[in-house]
Amino acid sequence: MHKLSLSELAAGLRAKQFSSVELTQHYLQRIARRPELNAYITVTGERALAQAAAADAALAKGEAGPLTGIPLAHKDIFCTEGVKTSCGSKMLDNFIAPYNATVVEKLDAARMVTLGKLNMDEFAMGSSNETSHYGPVLNPWAPDCVPGGSSGGSAAAVAAGLAPIATGTDTGGSIRQPAALCGITGLKPTYGRVSRWGMIAYASSLDQGGPMARSAADAALLLQAMAGFDPKDSTSADLPVPDYGETLQNSLQGLKIGLPEQFFSADLDSGIASVIEAAVNEYRQLGASVQTVSLPSLELAIPAYYVIASAECSSNLSRFDGVRFGYRCQNPQDLTDLYVRSRGEAFGAEVKRRILMGTYALSAGYYDAYYLKAQQVRRLISNDFRQALAQVDVLMGPVTPAPAFRLGEKTGDPVQMYLSDIYTIAVNLAGLPAMSIPAGFSGGKPVGLHLIGGYFAEQYLLQIAHQYQQATGWHQQFPADYAG
Amino acid sequence: MSLTATDVKKIAYLARLGIAEQDIEHYAQDLSGILDLMTQMGQLDTQGVQPMSHPLDQTQRLRPDQVTETDQRGNFQLIAPQTEAGLYLVPKVIE
Amino acid sequence: MHTQWEAVIGLEIHTQLATQSKIFSGAATAYGAEPNTQACAVDLGLPGVLPVLNQEAVRMAVTFGLAIDAEIAPQSVFARKNYFYPDLPKGYQISQYELPIVGKGHLDIEVDGQSKRIGVTRAHLEEDAGKSLHEDFHGLSGIDLNRAGTPLLEIVSDPDLRSAKEAVAYMRKLHELVRYLEICDGNMQEGSFRCDANVSVRPKGQAEYGTRVEIKNINSFKFVEKAINHEIERHIDVLESGGKIVQETRLYDANKDETRSMRSKEEANDYRYFPDPDLLPVVVTEELKQQILATLPELPEAKKQRFAAQYGLDAETAATLTSSRELADYYENLVKLSGCEAKLCGNWVCGDLLGALNKAGLEISQCPVQSERLAGLLKRIADNTISGKIGKQVFDKLWNSTLSADEIIEQEGLVQITDTAAIEAIIDAIIAANPGQVEQYRAGKDKVFGFFVGQAMKQTQGKANPDEVNKILRAKLSN
Repeated sequence: MHKLSLSELAAGLRAKQFSSVELTQHYLQRIARRPELNAYITVTGERALAQAAAADAALAKGEAGPLTGIPLAHKDIFCTEGVKTSCGSKMLDNFIAPYNATVVEKLDAARMVTLGKLNMDEFAMGSSNETSHYGPVLNPWAPDCVPGGSSGGSAAAVAAGLAPIATGTDTGGSIRQPAALCGITGLKPTYGRVSRWGMIAYASSLDQGGPMARSAADAALLLQAMAGFDPKDSTSADLPVPDYGETLQNSLQGLKIGLPEQFFSADLDSGIASVIEAAVNEYRQLGASVQTVSLPSLELAIPAYYVIASAECSSNLSRFDGVRFGYRCQNPQDLTDLYVRSRGEAFGAEVKRRILMGTYALSAGYYDAYYLKAQQVRRLISNDFRQALAQVDVLMGPVTPAPAFRLGEKTGDPVQMYLSDIYTIAVNLAGLPAMSIPAGFSGGKPVGLHLIGGYFAEQYLLQIAHQYQQATGWHQQFPADYAG
Repeated sequence: MSLTATDVKKIAYLARLGIAEQDIEHYAQDLSGILDLMTQMGQLDTQGVQPMSHPLDQTQRLRPDQVTETDQRGNFQLIAPQTEAGLYLVPKVIE
Repeated sequence: MHTQWEAVIGLEIHTQLATQSKIFSGAATAYGAEPNTQACAVDLGLPGVLPVLNQEAVRMAVTFGLAIDAEIAPQSVFARKNYFYPDLPKGYQISQYELPIVGKGHLDIEVDGQSKRIGVTRAHLEEDAGKSLHEDFHGLSGIDLNRAGTPLLEIVSDPDLRSAKEAVAYMRKLHELVRYLEICDGNMQEGSFRCDANVSVRPKGQAEYGTRVEIKNINSFKFVEKAINHEIERHIDVLESGGKIVQETRLYDANKDETRSMRSKEEANDYRYFPDPDLLPVVVTEELKQQILATLPELPEAKKQRFAAQYGLDAETAATLTSSRELADYYENLVKLSGCEAKLCGNWVCGDLLGALNKAGLEISQCPVQSERLAGLLKRIADNTISGKIGKQVFDKLWNSTLSADEIIEQEGLVQITDTAAIEAIIDAIIAANPGQVEQYRAGKDKVFGFFVGQAMKQTQGKANPDEVNKILRAKLSN
């Protein structure tokens, strides 16, 4: 069952080949059998079975929607009422959210079954899932390697068949990079497409939730239910949501692909380069034309991103002060001691680094040189993309400069870790939609193809991804160790 | 550009972030490295470029002035470290 | 004030806007609720919550800006002011920094008969903080976040004020204005209208400002005057003894009538302002401005001028009657309902009514004698049912009961005696009983006339029509 697509699962449920309860039990058993992956922080078995029973009742009454009774798991950054929402941090290890994120609310309303909450880098700050308070997640394709981050638990769970589909969030690549490293399909929607209400903020002007799936068709189904205007989020886009399934079958004849020359520098892993080349050739077969485009300011995306994200996070994380919720240190001597120790004891090293960096960048005398400058660079990067996307329909390239690296390989050098985000980060600065789809392997490890579209072009991206997946089988590969 | 241990202590205090004495030097090194990366932006001429705070050129939506929230104190204080008589308790506030 | 020194004062006034819900959440703003029962997830800064701006707060800010003839920013931006304090749940206050909604404007004040224009630097929207309660909870403080997120308009004056008296005049004028505009209830006990004062002192004639000190949270007109005067004296003492003023924040202690240094807010002043990424630029279109302009109420100055012209009032009476919108409305209602001469109404409101309110320490909105009831009384004076003097007795009874003037006049039998025959009979009896005084009067001692009037009024318990009494007495005594 864990190899079926969402539409196959939905068909199976309708045809009574299996019930939602049986399907849910199947996944709960798989999760219990493979604890070493460490993909889940919390498994909500009882709740899941209750939801599944309710979904079965709806199915029996013929009230089922396209997602009714299908299990999923949420990145532990989405608030789930009555369930621990840790954000991968000791700070929120005792935090039972008193409300649901809009995304959770919408997927509950679609009668999906929540299996549990997925592991992630602490407060979504990381590219390897190694900053989680709950320990690293393993890559199902290579257990000595990272699954990527920050949505590492989501990517590993979907890749290993411990959830049919999952939610993730992407601030600088946190959906696409782990999707690439784990060989699944990840979509970061246009900023504002999916509500941020109840999604614990890392960097508010960059964060965006999206689906992490086994295929573009599955991602389209989940995005359909996640997306839409939310009056509770001032940055939510008040635009209608198109039918993402409607155009999946359309031909790509005449598609114009742009390859940003800055995506293919000498630093790119040769195995990845040849996978991307093969994928682009596949698109030629499907009727696309290919040209080179330029994103001249791309190189400065990393510094601009780390200034903006750090500045925003330094402020966003001030609310974790040990007063109203979350971790509080023992026997604080005075108010300052309460703050300093609660925060000092509960935040991990990477979160601290970014809070310090952001505090510094915003402090008096440095604002113009760092924050303001970064906002200007952001404008230039955004303009680069606009110009490139005026010439072509979609940009393609690698998601990461190298396949999954070994656990512990980069933890000692934050700058090296940051540099690996080069291809994904610029997209968040511009707020564009982008996907990672499986396109092959390098050294036995999955490689993702990066698709970047214009604002609100999710429907088009999904079509472009789906047509490729119809023509190739890369997305159907399953890590051997988890196939059974 | 490099940050000293004193700089780190000052920033850590601004952020009310406890850092063990023995780790300060390490943070100073890490942050200096990151700062070098950030300083690369200086090479780009951005004179006259409009700073970009949001990806989309939208403006603020306004909410009607209506009371939509009800009292959930009991619920919210279930997750609070220390409360009494409906108040959140903290070490003495000195003005 | 010592002649060689000059004080320079600027005020920052925080007005709580009279919205139903908070500036960024749907929680109620009502005062006096049980602790933390009006603090929703957004106000508490729980993880994952987001702010959405209240349109009424924007409308009120623009209303204020238009009333002080200020520039309204076509785009204003909310920024975060970052600092840690337990009454500040998110660790930052959402405020406006570089681009406030209201730009430069002005307000005219009057001190010692002189008019002076005070510049308003800016007015910006922000959220209020909660409250720390200092009663002892086993050595801990309690935090109530009901007030957190209440909309504030912070109105910053130019450093144009030169004395505590001017500062108070400016503050009163602003207080009157925000209540006129109905954007703030002005309740100072409840903290709806609060003032921080920036005070510095320099030698007269010097262009540069002296080092300034900020005095926080002064919550009455009286204390503003006292706190500023105290601070000016302190500066002069320090400067004259060769010392230096330290730039700092001080708190006024009303009990001791002194200011003292605030340790807690001093230590870190690096607020790390940056645009709030959860909020987008606020746009005020020309259309919205025109809409608000059209609904702007008559402002105090215009109303004063109109009262003087329309009702024939002297400047002082007109100023008193327009000192608040409620009082002005009361007066206009009274004129309309009583149909009496506008001046008579003015005298009653400024005299007996305000006197009684002052004595009782009440606001016009709390006045026990509604304009309808006072109009009933004035009607009876105008139609001679009672005399003006009896009217004052009736007013006292109106104040202490819920009866109408007619009911009181009836119950107490206060109807004026206008029956000439009855008055004549009483006067005849008085003349007969006082031959000595009659003789004196007839001998030319005019003053004795008053004695007869007094007797007549006494015997009628003041109910005789004084004009009738005079007429009949003159006639009878001259016989």
